[in-house]
Amino acid sequence: MLDKLVSSVTALADEFQEVMLEGGRFEFLLDGLGNTFIITFGALAIGIVLGIFVAAIRTSYDKNKESLKLRGGIGYVILAVMNTICKFYLTITRGTPVVVQLMISYFIIFSLADNGIPVAIFAFGINSGAYVAEIFRAGIMSVDHGQFEAGRSLGFNYFQTMRFIVIPQMFKAVLPTLCNEFIALLKETSVAGYVGVIDLTKAGNTIAGRTFEYFIPLITVAVIYLVLVMILSWLVGILERRLRKSDR
Amino acid sequence: MTDNGVIIKVENLKKHYNGGAVKALDGINCEIKKGEVVVIVGPSGSGKSTFLRSLNLLEIPTSGKIYFDGNDITDKKANINIHRQRMGMVFQHFNLFPNMNVLKNMTKAPITLLGKSKEEAESKALELLERVGLKDRADAYPSQLSGGQKQRVAIVRALAMNPEVILFDEPTSALDPEMVGEVLDVMKQLANEGMTMVVVTHEMGFAREVASRVIFIDEGVIMEEAPPQEFFSNPKCDRLKDFLSKVL
Repeated sequence: MLDKLVSSVTALADEFQEVMLEGGRFEFLLDGLGNTFIITFGALAIGIVLGIFVAAIRTSYDKNKESLKLRGGIGYVILAVMNTICKFYLTITRGTPVVVQLMISYFIIFSLADNGIPVAIFAFGINSGAYVAEIFRAGIMSVDHGQFEAGRSLGFNYFQTMRFIVIPQMFKAVLPTLCNEFIALLKETSVAGYVGVIDLTKAGNTIAGRTFEYFIPLITVAVIYLVLVMILSWLVGILERRLRKSDR
Repeated sequence: MTDNGVIIKVENLKKHYNGGAVKALDGINCEIKKGEVVVIVGPSGSGKSTFLRSLNLLEIPTSGKIYFDGNDITDKKANINIHRQRMGMVFQHFNLFPNMNVLKNMTKAPITLLGKSKEEAESKALELLERVGLKDRADAYPSQLSGGQKQRVAIVRALAMNPEVILFDEPTSALDPEMVGEVLDVMKQLANEGMTMVVVTHEMGFAREVASRVIFIDEGVIMEEAPPQEFFSNPKCDRLKDFLSKVL
């Protein structure tokens, strides 16, 4: 029984040695991991900027439409048009699979691009922006309306009230959710191989194709993702506890 | 308009919802003079809070005019933020900013909007806190204060802007009974110092003792207004008689 276990572990180790370490195939995986990080961080940066912008328009519209309508003028029309564009963007982005969006970006929008990485950053960034926008919007809406009224009653204008009073409270509320979006994004980028990018998943798959050995490369890839996600989740947990403590 | 000491003048103020199906305010006319303490009473849903919140345009009226210190603030071109700086407001649920300590709550607006130096704003804030017996809580966060303390801070936060008028929207309704007194005491003190106050409240004792005039609002109109002595001892309309028989 024990002999059997020892011998199968040894066999696995030998196989790992043969598939992953010989010919430096492991480095291939590390390069893939690097690309995964580049795409994830790049996309997150685009997503946050886009998300803030979209959330700002959507909430300004929701909070001000009544007063702007009553006061009349061009402001209401501009905001209403921008709000409609944002809603359209959210519907399209959240209503279609990210792989399809990625392929449309690479094969149609940027059909002349020869490097898939910037295209992947673009596609995942646009996709993530929609989710981040909804996270921010929910966060702004979760701040008690009385806070907004108190700010306005002191004489702060709409933007000052948002900047000094609502947004700081919103950020605290959404930070854990935002980190979870980052974790989800990290895993989502595993489809980047569809447009010729060698990310972690694609690297594992390529090793498997070359060695005709699937078990070791794919399990290794899975374990790397798992470890990354576990570390990040652990950090989010610490962050959440910190934020809760400062509430008291 | 300012000659006879009128600070707020309301002309035929209406607030309708759902295209006129709900008439929260249905033609209010009223003048408030400098130094007056006007107490507004009425059954719940009568429109008294809507009226108060219209005075600084937290509710945008459907029609009618509001003049503050001679300026038509309902005019589309009026900069309401400037006028709100001189119209403090105290809310039922305090609406202190939970992400700022007491001192910051009180100094943020004067520093940002009135261009006061930090030292100037803080010394004024501490002076005000001393007057309401809370100087030792200057560094506390709102979550560390009792309801009565929160409301006293909210009052001095409004005072820190040096307003002409303070609007009180049911300032004691969210308080535990034993804390009502401490807030009413601060309000009495303010009234005695000649602050112009418009107060929506259910505290008939406060109205009787402090008010220069009591206004009874029901179904969106002013049904009766009189000095407190006359208001309570010799009510004229049946609705008010009925109301007083229930609350006294």
